[in-house]
Amino acid sequence: MSEALRDTDRLDPNRNIEHRTMVQPGDAITPGTKGTPATVKRYGPLARLNHWVVAFSLIALALSGLALYSPYLYFLTGIFGGGQTTRWLHPWIGVLLFVSFYVFFAQLWRANLFNRDDLTWAMRFKDVVAGNEERLPEMGKYNAGQKFVFWGMSALILALIGTGVLIWQEYFAVYTAIETQRWAALLHAAAAIAIILIWITHVYASIWIQGTMRAMTRGNVTAGWAYRHHRKWLKQLAGLRRKTAPQANAVEHTKAAKHLGL
Amino acid sequence: MFMPNVPVGQPVPGFSEKDLIKRSASSVPEPARRLTEVAKLIDISKCIGCKACQSACIEWNDTHPEMESFQGTYMNPHDLTPNMFTLMRFNEWTNPETDKLEWLIRKDGCMHCSDPGCLKACPAPGAIVQYSNGIVDFVHDNCIGCGYCVKGCPFNIPRISQTDHKAYKCTLCSDRVAVGQGPACAKACPTHAISFGTKDEMKAEAADRVKDLNSRGYKNAGLYDPPGVGGTHVMYVLQHADKPHIYNDLPDDPKISSLVQAWKGAGKFAGLALIGFAAVASAAHAVFAGQNKVTKHDEEEGEALTGKDA
Ligand code: HEM
Ligand code: SF4
Ligand code: SF4
Ligand code: SF4
Repeated sequence: MSEALRDTDRLDPNRNIEHRTMVQPGDAITPGTKGTPATVKRYGPLARLNHWVVAFSLIALALSGLALYSPYLYFLTGIFGGGQTTRWLHPWIGVLLFVSFYVFFAQLWRANLFNRDDLTWAMRFKDVVAGNEERLPEMGKYNAGQKFVFWGMSALILALIGTGVLIWQEYFAVYTAIETQRWAALLHAAAAIAIILIWITHVYASIWIQGTMRAMTRGNVTAGWAYRHHRKWLKQLAGLRRKTAPQANAVEHTKAAKHLGL
Repeated sequence: MFMPNVPVGQPVPGFSEKDLIKRSASSVPEPARRLTEVAKLIDISKCIGCKACQSACIEWNDTHPEMESFQGTYMNPHDLTPNMFTLMRFNEWTNPETDKLEWLIRKDGCMHCSDPGCLKACPAPGAIVQYSNGIVDFVHDNCIGCGYCVKGCPFNIPRISQTDHKAYKCTLCSDRVAVGQGPACAKACPTHAISFGTKDEMKAEAADRVKDLNSRGYKNAGLYDPPGVGGTHVMYVLQHADKPHIYNDLPDDPKISSLVQAWKGAGKFAGLALIGFAAVASAAHAVFAGQNKVTKHDEEEGEALTGKDA
């Protein structure tokens, strides 16, 4: 960590390691007023735009790739305007996915580092699936499942661009031996199946956990959602707000103060 | 072998779509009849490397290979290309037994495998077809230019055009064979090193040639009709059939790579099954577990933590 950050640490006891790996720039509480519940900002407009570029490319890649993967799915080439177009378009969308995903990666990786709570979470996976969140440790901005999706996608997108370039007939086929390309084709197909499986889990989780989708549409979540699913993150934000926003001193008289031991 | 000239009048094609036994990424109904299998026999011991076959192939197929520069051997162009379906590959080999130089000249090109790896790998329905007479043909209208056939072929034959992005290779002159003609290359060969006929005839002819070569001291002479790909419809008579690799890397025991088998085999279904299972499992979970909802208690605690302003 840079000197500058360490200085801030000294100035602000809340900026400890846990905080830095959990709360991200832009995350903030918007207090509720009478009639409107409190919300918590989770993603800014650019991050959301980027997420949807990634999502669009991944779906387009899955559809165009699966079209060539199995004769039963060849009809999917129709979506892209025929076999020839599907063939040249797919790798270019791959490049778009790679670039947009890794911009996203640069913003999110820190908050996705694994910690001890993630192990506990993973060992109580039965409770995760059953939705018994009171039996799980309090989570930061991301839980172990989200982190698994994040790192799984990061690794598989690297594998897919690596193997994809090797079988990109138009520009790169002349650079590698045919045997290498056979390996690449096999691994590309396997990695594609793996990332589609992760993608299904990811989409399903965002539907199953009610109130999640709005994080990527409106950019914020309700305080209740944050309390239920990412309590540690919410507490960090609440603590931060108390330190930096004097007008919100009322917080000391709330239950939250007790939670934080303030 | 005697090749008749083109008959006058409009010839009726001797085989068509109805005679397909394999079609890439799709299936074909069992054909009503089975054509006699044909084959082209290339007798390497008779070849003088004149490349008349290459010229005839260019002319008949109306391809336009680029003018290239000298590569240090008589081989030209430098490799098979989308415009060069057959290529004479030259190798100067010293026979360790006689210590004599032998000039091994192999006419490279599609082998028209009985079990074609190109067809197995191709994802586009009908871009590669096999007729019951053994000819493996590329149907350019259906080709998408992905290059999977290149990975599937054990002989490194198909080439993808950078102009129209379609795959090209020797057709065994299917258009000529259909009207009772032999391949253009066979017709042009001045030494009859290339012959064409039914596969049985060609095997018999090869047996004669092998006997002759044996009698002249080539004790390992033999026919190259590799069983690993179910036999081929282009066969070689080799002076040294015990080591095909000396003929510019002709594979000793070609078969469809196990990587291609794995890529195009049962794994495909396993992949689709996994995707289907994940989708069904998610739906089932939604039905049985119900949505994970924020409770009244969560809301109150959340509000308390965030502190109402008003
Ligand atoms: C990240 C960069 C990527 C690149 C450069 C890339 C490139 C390629 C290339 C060159 C092919 C051969 C067909 C063609 O030429 O279009 C291919 C096939 C395929 N791709 Fe990708 N791809 C990428 C990402 C993906 C992703 C993210 C998925 C899945 C979501 C995917 C799924 C597939 C599938 C299923 C096939 C067919 C494999 C088969 O035929 O067995 N690709 N890819
Ligand atoms: S390039 Fe080869 S594998 Fe791809 S569609 Fe054309 S013939 Fe089939
Ligand atoms: S030699 Fe190659 S291109 Fe020709 S039929 Fe066999 S696998 Fe296909
Ligand atoms: S059979 Fe026809 S296409 Fe094949 S090499 Fe001979 S002339 Fe060329």
